[in-house]
Amino acid sequence: MKTFYWLVKREFWEHKGGFFWAPVVTGIVFLALNFMGIVLGEVFGRRNNWGVFKYGEMSFRPEDMNNVGAMVDISLYAIAGVVLCVTAIVVFFYCLGALYDDRRDRSVLFWKSLPLSDTSTVLSKVASAALLAPAIAVVIGVIVGLAMSFLFTVVASMHGVGLWSLLIAAHPIRVVLTMILLIPLYAIWALPTIGWLLLCSSWARSKPFLWAIALPVGAGVIVSWFGLMGFAGLSSEWFWKNVVGRLLGSLAPGGWVGNASPLSGVGHDDPASLMNSMDLAYHYSALASPSLWIGAAAGAAMIAGAIWFRRWRDDS
Amino acid sequence: MTAVVTATGLTKRYKTSLALDSASFQIESGRIVGLIGPNGAGKTTALKAILGLTTFDGQLSVLGLDPRKERDKLMEQVCFIADVAVLPRWLKVGDAVDFVANTHPRFDRAKCDAFLARTKLQRGQKVKQLSKGMIVQLHLALVMSIDAKLLILDEPTLGLDILYRKQFYQSLLEDYFDEEKTILVTTHQVEEIEHILTDLMFIRDGKIVLDTDMDSLGERFAEVLVGSDMAAAARELKPLDERQVFGKSIFLFDNVSRPQLERLGEVRRPSISDLFVATMKGTYA
Repeated sequence: MKTFYWLVKREFWEHKGGFFWAPVVTGIVFLALNFMGIVLGEVFGRRNNWGVFKYGEMSFRPEDMNNVGAMVDISLYAIAGVVLCVTAIVVFFYCLGALYDDRRDRSVLFWKSLPLSDTSTVLSKVASAALLAPAIAVVIGVIVGLAMSFLFTVVASMHGVGLWSLLIAAHPIRVVLTMILLIPLYAIWALPTIGWLLLCSSWARSKPFLWAIALPVGAGVIVSWFGLMGFAGLSSEWFWKNVVGRLLGSLAPGGWVGNASPLSGVGHDDPASLMNSMDLAYHYSALASPSLWIGAAAGAAMIAGAIWFRRWRDDS
Repeated sequence: MTAVVTATGLTKRYKTSLALDSASFQIESGRIVGLIGPNGAGKTTALKAILGLTTFDGQLSVLGLDPRKERDKLMEQVCFIADVAVLPRWLKVGDAVDFVANTHPRFDRAKCDAFLARTKLQRGQKVKQLSKGMIVQLHLALVMSIDAKLLILDEPTLGLDILYRKQFYQSLLEDYFDEEKTILVTTHQVEEIEHILTDLMFIRDGKIVLDTDMDSLGERFAEVLVGSDMAAAARELKPLDERQVFGKSIFLFDNVSRPQLERLGEVRRPSISDLFVATMKGTYA
């Protein structure tokens, strides 16, 4: 266990730029853009004599407060989602290089001179991609989201709107908890992509990126061309969505949403009830979909393949 | 003495060539063995087989383990440096020590810190900021702090200047080697390791062509400085090699009796490099 901890730590050392600084920079750019937008608005407002917005005493009904809080929650999710998307891209390329780059620069010979099993080496990379990187992204995303809400609140109070009470109606801790608790689901859902990329990374003697993209896309094109799936009663769209899409695109956050129980997602007019319907139970209802489990099993098999190739492929 | 490495009929076939052709050898514990051969002779393949980094045919036992099946266990007892440039460039000196200290059960941290204190290395430096010589100092400090039974060095001093090369082997001898440990080294800079070796193996085209300890090397091979008048007589004894220096000929003999040679001229012990050149004649032809 201690070895595994250090292996994951090693991944973080090597990829601090991608795992930590990329989401931080994304967040800062996001905040800066919004700040510039606000300043621009203020300047235009004054120049064109729109006057300063002044609201008198406003009173919200409790259900409105509820909805405003939910809106803030949704924006927190959205901002964390943006950061998670950046991390997903980082993790995509991380997986492609994870078992290839050290063979190319021959540092694999140093790692292999230590008593580290190939299984724990590969699994430490899986854990970094599926758990560590998204966890960092969630935390940074929520911090950025809170900073963002804070920014808007300050601006609004400059105009005499007391949004503090609105901010209090939001549930940042619940958002963080929900997103943290969604990471295991994300990890299971992302397994086929992580497994496939690691397999290519471990197997390819050169250009893992090309193999990783060309094989599934090429297969998809061939399937479409011959309409092969027609014989099995399935369309080529099925192949693109469930094979190519799952192999290459499962790192995208929330990819399982289409596979969650559709019943709870419909018929909500206001943000608060939408928020309530999109709770953990809704997300985890995706566990009932075969795509998730078949994908996870395929991912596990490909990870086993990656371990095998890691054992026998050397620096040549 | 117990055998650390026993190879019988070790064979490795690549798609187009035979890297190891039924090589058999044995390495005893407490020895420093030089595995010397021309480029492409199979040195690195042999080392990779011992380290469990490649598949092979034949039998190979390292510290009683099969490197193909029990590599994880084996690597606790075996260490290797595969030329200078294999430390990852992003790694910091301090992180490298922390990592090995926490993942290697036989690593002695105090020892490593003491080795590093003798160098200019600083904990915060990244490998990519270090010179080749400093990288090898770091690698050597890490490896020498591991209490391994077998140390394998594959061209460990390639591309280093002479100060670092001398220091490298000196540290190994003074601070690391003892009768419990075994070192297997390949290098092209034969002259530099000549005086530290206890055993010598020549490998050519995947076969072990010479396997001897340094003491019997001096008894078996002899170099004779022969004047031109005796040259014809010397040639009759079937020398391995002949070269001309200042109007005299130097002959290299294998297994010719001493008194017989002393009649021809001045007898001395051949250097490994001369022996190597004579043995490998025609390799690239």
